[in-house]
Amino acid sequence: MMIEKFAAITAEERQAENEHDHTIKVCVAAGCLSSQSNEVLTALKNGLGEHRGCHVKGVGCMGLCSQGPLVAVATKTNATPQTVMYQNVKAEDATEIVQALGKEPVARLALNTDVPFFQRQTKIVLENCGAIDPERIEEYIAAGGYQGLLTTLTESSPSEVIDEIVRSGLRGRGGGGYPTGLKWTTVAKMDGPGKYVICNADEGDPGAFMDRSVLESDPHRVLEGMAIAGYAVGASEGYIYVRGEYPLAVERLKIAIRQANRLGVLGSKVCGTTFDFNVHIRLGAGAFVCGEETALIASIEGKRGTPRPRPPYPAEHGLWGKPTLINNVETFANVPAIIRKGGAWYATIGTAKSKGTKVFALAGSIQNTGLIEVPMGMSLSEIIHEIGGVPIGKCKAVQTGGPSGGCIPAAYFDTPVDYESLKALGSIMGSGGMIIMDESSSMVDVARYFMEFCMSESCGKCVTCRVGTVHMYNLLDKIYQGKAWRRDLNTLEKLCDLVMNTSLCGLGQTAPNPVLSTLRYFRHEYLNKLLDGAEDGRMATAATTQPLEARP
Amino acid sequence: MNQPTQARIFTLKIDGVDVAAREHETILELAQENNIFIPTLCHLEGLTEFGGCRLCVVEVQGSNRLFPACMTTVTEGMEVTTDSERLRVYRYMILGMLFSERNHVCSVCVSNGHCDLQFLAAKLGMTRVEMPYLHPSMVVDASHQHFIMDHNRCILCQRCVRVCGEIEGAFTKGVMGRGASSRIIHDLNGAWGDSKTCTSCGKCVNVCPTGALAEKGKSAGEMVKRRDWLPYLRSMQED
Ligand SMILES: Cc1cc2nc3c(=O)[nH]c(=O)nc-3n(C[C@H](O)[C@H](O)[C@H](O)COP(=O)(O)O)c2cc1C
Ligand code: SF4
Repeated sequence: MMIEKFAAITAEERQAENEHDHTIKVCVAAGCLSSQSNEVLTALKNGLGEHRGCHVKGVGCMGLCSQGPLVAVATKTNATPQTVMYQNVKAEDATEIVQALGKEPVARLALNTDVPFFQRQTKIVLENCGAIDPERIEEYIAAGGYQGLLTTLTESSPSEVIDEIVRSGLRGRGGGGYPTGLKWTTVAKMDGPGKYVICNADEGDPGAFMDRSVLESDPHRVLEGMAIAGYAVGASEGYIYVRGEYPLAVERLKIAIRQANRLGVLGSKVCGTTFDFNVHIRLGAGAFVCGEETALIASIEGKRGTPRPRPPYPAEHGLWGKPTLINNVETFANVPAIIRKGGAWYATIGTAKSKGTKVFALAGSIQNTGLIEVPMGMSLSEIIHEIGGVPIGKCKAVQTGGPSGGCIPAAYFDTPVDYESLKALGSIMGSGGMIIMDESSSMVDVARYFMEFCMSESCGKCVTCRVGTVHMYNLLDKIYQGKAWRRDLNTLEKLCDLVMNTSLCGLGQTAPNPVLSTLRYFRHEYLNKLLDGAEDGRMATAATTQPLEARP
Repeated sequence: MNQPTQARIFTLKIDGVDVAAREHETILELAQENNIFIPTLCHLEGLTEFGGCRLCVVEVQGSNRLFPACMTTVTEGMEVTTDSERLRVYRYMILGMLFSERNHVCSVCVSNGHCDLQFLAAKLGMTRVEMPYLHPSMVVDASHQHFIMDHNRCILCQRCVRVCGEIEGAFTKGVMGRGASSRIIHDLNGAWGDSKTCTSCGKCVNVCPTGALAEKGKSAGEMVKRRDWLPYLRSMQED
């Protein structure tokens, strides 16, 4: 019986833990690995020597990626267990850290965790990140993993599972914010058999690394979410579409799937029931547009990754023409917690229309670069100034939502972060990238950067996006170079309207957003760059000194 | 119960006129039955729909979005507008984009006088191209014994790719690259003349809307493309 197996594994894990007074956790997710945390891990393992009461293991992301490699030392010699965190650890520091075990922590490396960055977060998706070894299913189970799947399969009907998700108010974390419960209901209502579940792990927004961290730090969580979804909608095959640029995530997923199949929590007769669920990995080749659901499906089918018009939506006509449920990594990662603790519990977190938490990747000119998870409805100012550690007044704007999003100026930082509020400001929640910009950033340049991204990532299927992004990029470049006139700005605005309204897929439809939002809040920056941009319409002085642009 | 299911009939309004349509029919098909002109470029009767040229977008009452007529099926009570000031402006700009993208100098083109792009420009009253010409430098593949492919004239409608796979079954033609650097290729990006899969059937040449695909040795007056075989071959496949 699976339940006894889980209990045995949990007991074994607890016992092993109890044998040690100290556990040293070294982050081995991509951020810290890139600053040689694997060497730190080896050095610590070697450095232990005869120290019997200590255990060293690699864990997933602890969040504060900019200070990596991060090492956490958990001690339970005293009545109250303690955790000390070290930052910027090098392999040479290993002996010092080992010597300090049970004594005063190494002051030189210690990281103060009594700061908003650590204290203000609410961890649901990331609850196991940085705590468990992502390559061992036993640790995931000891942390309560796969219990939700087990109770679901043995005690609930598919419609009860869906009710729970509906009750939680969970919305898609892939960008659109579509109600997850509704999507599951639709797929469940379609005639089977041969339905599919797809996990979208093609995270392509510049500056975003949430999905990557979840997959590298807690891959079983996503698998469990997918299996629960498969049971709820009546699918027995699942695909995870991961970017080829995430080799570590792929490797850990492979290990996780192998372990889960061996234990019987995936594969045929999951947990000894009649439910089968096989998970396959498919690799993306780096095209941003393959994150769009219909393009992703085409890519899995072995075709060129280009979108097709919707409707029909994948829920009706998806992979191989079958009803398909497609959700984002973070969406699936929320599911096990909802099933374990109940939809009603989840719905208490967040705002009226945006429930739960959201993981954000903080990047740009910010002190605490890294990954955070906060309840929906927290204000931008709390995220940027308190958690991010950016002094008030030192931040000009924040870009959310990647190339489909927009720039929000500092004056609006008291806005709560939820789907509707960000949309009202002309940006979007997106997948969770936040790029913080200081006074030195030119908004025209920001818009130009994102347009360049859309231009090179356009799939080329539809005319307006393929050609429109080139023209818009050229105009933005011309404005940035100070060679443009008012009529160029007019043309740019006309093109934005056209591309937004007539493009085939979300990429083209949202490509103008960064331009429109910067025009909305920073129009003067555009006008200042125009040759005839002065308020009274007179030509700026530069026009007399610069030659008219030669015609092509 | 076990009777063959009959297609349902919907009633709807297209440009204010009440019409009846079969279930699964597209707005474009319905418009054509009712002699309403909607400009199209990537659509061709007998090929699967593509939805790439965006010229056929129409307005549907109750939605702010625009819908491609070629790929949107009718629904009961729908109210479609195929022509409005907004649509006219958009179509004009889209056509301008196509002209600005590569190189469309009609006077020196083999398709002058029977080009779908040129026809639409005239039909939509286009007098000039407002966007700067991009004029990328593209190659001409003249390696095939009978045909020539001039990428400068290509609008990437992919009619040739579809006819090659769907009707001829050769799958010689494909697309490489992304965005503005997308390009029609033969096999794995070899020269057309070297292709072992090409049957030299010439279907791609005949479905090409512009002068991108042409027969060698033909003058502009002779290079008339014939497409009457296409719906026929498609209906043969379906039977
Ligand atoms: C151009 C484009 C890129 C996208 N990229 C991603 C992506 O990288 N990851 C993702 O989860 N969703 C992405 N999406 C959204 C997906 O199409 C889809 O809505 C999402 O996977 C649905 O999952 P959710 O309901 O859980 O959000 C993208 C959409 C577009 C238009
Ligand atoms: S909007 Fe852009 S990415 Fe989307 S189908 Fe059109 S060309 Fe491709």
